[in-house]
Amino acid sequence: MVGSIQNRDAFLDKIAAQLGREPKKKVEKPIWKHQPQRTVLADASIDDLLEVLRVQCEQIHTDIVETTKELLPVALDEVVKAYGGGPLSLWKDERFGEYGLSDLLETKWPSEQIEVNSWNSSLGEKNIELAERANIGITFSDMTLAESGTVVLFSSADKGRSVSLLPTHYIALIPKSTLVPRITQASDMIREKLNNGEQVPSCINFITGPSNSADIEMNLVIGVHGPIKASYIVIEDC
Amino acid sequence: MAMKFSKKNFTDRTKDNISDDFMRQAVASAQERLHGRRLDAAEELGSWEEWRSHGEEIRQHVLENLDYYLHQLSENVSQRGGHVFFAMTAEEASEYIRDVIKKKEGKKVVKSKSMVTEEINLNNVLEEAGCEVIETDLGEYILQVDDHDPPSHIVAPALHKNREQIREVFAEKLDYHNTSKPEELALHAREKLRQEFLDADIGITGCNFAIAETGSISLVTNEGNARLVSALPKTQITVMGMERVVPSFEEFEVLVSLLTRSAVGQKLTSYVTALTGPRDEGDVDGPEEFHLVIVDNGRSEILGTEFQSVLQCIRCAACVNVCPVYRHIGGHSYGSIYSGPIGAVLSPLLGGYDDFKELPFASTLCGACTDACPVKIPLHELLHSHRRIMVEEEGRSPISERLAMKAFGIGASSNPLYSMGSKVASTAMKPLTKNDRISKGPGPLKDWTDLREFPAVGNTRFRDWFYDQKGGK
Repeated sequence: MVGSIQNRDAFLDKIAAQLGREPKKKVEKPIWKHQPQRTVLADASIDDLLEVLRVQCEQIHTDIVETTKELLPVALDEVVKAYGGGPLSLWKDERFGEYGLSDLLETKWPSEQIEVNSWNSSLGEKNIELAERANIGITFSDMTLAESGTVVLFSSADKGRSVSLLPTHYIALIPKSTLVPRITQASDMIREKLNNGEQVPSCINFITGPSNSADIEMNLVIGVHGPIKASYIVIEDC
Repeated sequence: MAMKFSKKNFTDRTKDNISDDFMRQAVASAQERLHGRRLDAAEELGSWEEWRSHGEEIRQHVLENLDYYLHQLSENVSQRGGHVFFAMTAEEASEYIRDVIKKKEGKKVVKSKSMVTEEINLNNVLEEAGCEVIETDLGEYILQVDDHDPPSHIVAPALHKNREQIREVFAEKLDYHNTSKPEELALHAREKLRQEFLDADIGITGCNFAIAETGSISLVTNEGNARLVSALPKTQITVMGMERVVPSFEEFEVLVSLLTRSAVGQKLTSYVTALTGPRDEGDVDGPEEFHLVIVDNGRSEILGTEFQSVLQCIRCAACVNVCPVYRHIGGHSYGSIYSGPIGAVLSPLLGGYDDFKELPFASTLCGACTDACPVKIPLHELLHSHRRIMVEEEGRSPISERLAMKAFGIGASSNPLYSMGSKVASTAMKPLTKNDRISKGPGPLKDWTDLREFPAVGNTRFRDWFYDQKGGK
C-alpha cells in the first residue's frame, strides 16, 4: 500500500517561521525531568498486582473470576452460560489450545448446540456478520494493566477488532503472567517491539470493562455501543 | 456547526441562559460530580503535581518542535499506506474531506465526537454535498436529533438537557415509546445506531493524540462508538488539530493518564484505541483506506506569542468543571463550541475579538482553572493578557468605561479639580442615595446596581478625616 502527503512544506514552514527559526530536521527528545509514572506500583509483586486488579474491577463494573489452568474449561463454560450461551465469537488464537480449551470449543459446546465461530480471515466480511450476531465475544489479553483494570489486545489477521466490540457480552481470558503495573509497561513493550524492527499492529485496543456513557444527566449507563457486560477470567499460570 | 454558533450578543445569550433553572442546576451538579471525581483520581495517584509538571514539559517540548514532529508523523502515516493532508484553513480541510468522500461515492457517514470537525463546519459542508452525516457519541447524537442544538460542554455536550427533554426529542424524532430512564434511552440509541455503523461507507473521527514515532492516531472513549467508526466503514478519515501530536508511546500514555483522570476521574476510559494506517494485509476489519487531515485554522498564529501555552490543551474540560462563571451562565452563553475558561482564551484567538471580545471579561480571574489544568496552562493569566491587549492595543474597552477613565484621569491629575470633585461627590450623588446605599445607579453604574447596592459616597472626605485625626497638624 502506498500513502501520500499533501501541502506539507508550506504548512511546516509557517510553523517554523512563527517559532522564529528554520524548520528542524532533527530533534533529540530530552530526558524528562519528571517521570512519576515509573514509580506507580513499582515494587508490587504479581500477587499484589492481582489484588489491585480485583479492587479495580469493582470500579469498572466488571466481574472477575479466578481459576487454574486445569479448571479453566469449567470456569469459562460457567461464565458463558451465565451470559446466556451462544453464538460465540472468538479470535483464532493458539492460546485456546495451549490453555486446554480445544475440547470445550470443538466438542462440548457444539454438542450442546452452542455455536462457536472462530475468526477466519479467508471468510472475509462474514466474520463481521458473525461477530455482530454473537452473544459473547472471547479473546485473550496480551497484556493486563492492574492499576486501571485494562486488557490490551493487539489485532491481526486472525484477531479481528470486532470480536471484543460487536457482541453483547465480552469475556477476556487473562493469564496471570500478563499482569503489569500500568499502561507505562505496555508502552515500553510496544516501543521494544519497534526497536526490534517489528511494526506496531494496525489496531491496539486498551479495554477497561464494558462500554458506558454518562451523557444523560451525568447518570452512568453501562452498555452503550460496545458490549453491555464484561467478565475477566484470570488464569493462574505463574 | 462552525465555531461561532449564535448571532445573539453576549448579554442576550447570558440573559437567556441565566434564567434557565434546569440548565443551571444540571451544570452545577455536573461540575460537582466531575470535579469531585477528578480530585479523587488525582489524590489516588499521589504525586499529582509531579504528573502535571511532566504533562507540561511534554506539551511544551512538542510545541517548540512542532514542525519536526508533524513531519515525522506524516512520514510514518504514509509509510503505513495512509494519506496525509495538511490544511491551513477550515475550508481547505472540509473541502478535502468532501472530495475524498465524493471519490469513494460515499453516501452515509458515521462520526465519533470531534471538536475540530465542528470548528471546520464539516457536517454542513458534507450535508450540502448530499451526504447523510450521523453523530454517534450519545450526547452528540441527542443534539443532532434535536435539530442541531449546539454542544454546551467539550466532554459532555448535552449536559444542558434533562432526561425528560431527551425523551420528548426521541419520541418526536425517533419514534421512541419508552420512559425517560437513561438506560432505556441509551438502549434505543444503541439499536438505532448499530445498523448505521454497519451500513456506513465513511467513518470520520477526531484524534486525541497522534503518535509521531509510529504514525498512529488514538481515540479515547467510553461508549465504543469511535471503535465502531474506525472498524466498520471502508474509508476512515481522521481530523486533528495540528498541536495534538506526541513524540512516542512513552509520552502518549502519560497524556492519556492525565486526560482520563482530569476529564472524568477514570484511570483509563473503557476504550483507548491506537490505530496505525489502514488495515494490515489479511485484516478483515478496519478501513481499507485511511486519511489523516491535520488542521491549522489559526493555530500557527498563536505559536511564538504570549498565548502559545494555550496549545498545550488536551481538551479534558477540567477548567470548565471548576469555573464559577461557567456554572452560572452555562456553555451556550459563550457562543462558541469551546466554552468555559479554555473557550474564553481560545475562541478569541481562533475566531477573533470581533465575535468573542466579551469572553475574557466574563471571568473573575480567580485562577481555579489554572490550578485544575493537568498541563499547567496559566489560563487566568492568558485571560488577563486578552483584556490588556483589547484595552491597550485595540482600544476595545466600552465607551462608558473609556469616558469615565478619561474624566477620572483629568480630575485626578489636577489638585484643584480633584479637591472640588471629591467635595461635591457626596452632594451630587444624594438624589440617588437611600440609607447610605445607591440602589439605582445611572449610566455605567446601572449594570452593577441592577444586581446589588453600591455604597454611597461618604459625607466626610478621607482627606478631611485624615486631617482631623491628626488634629490639624
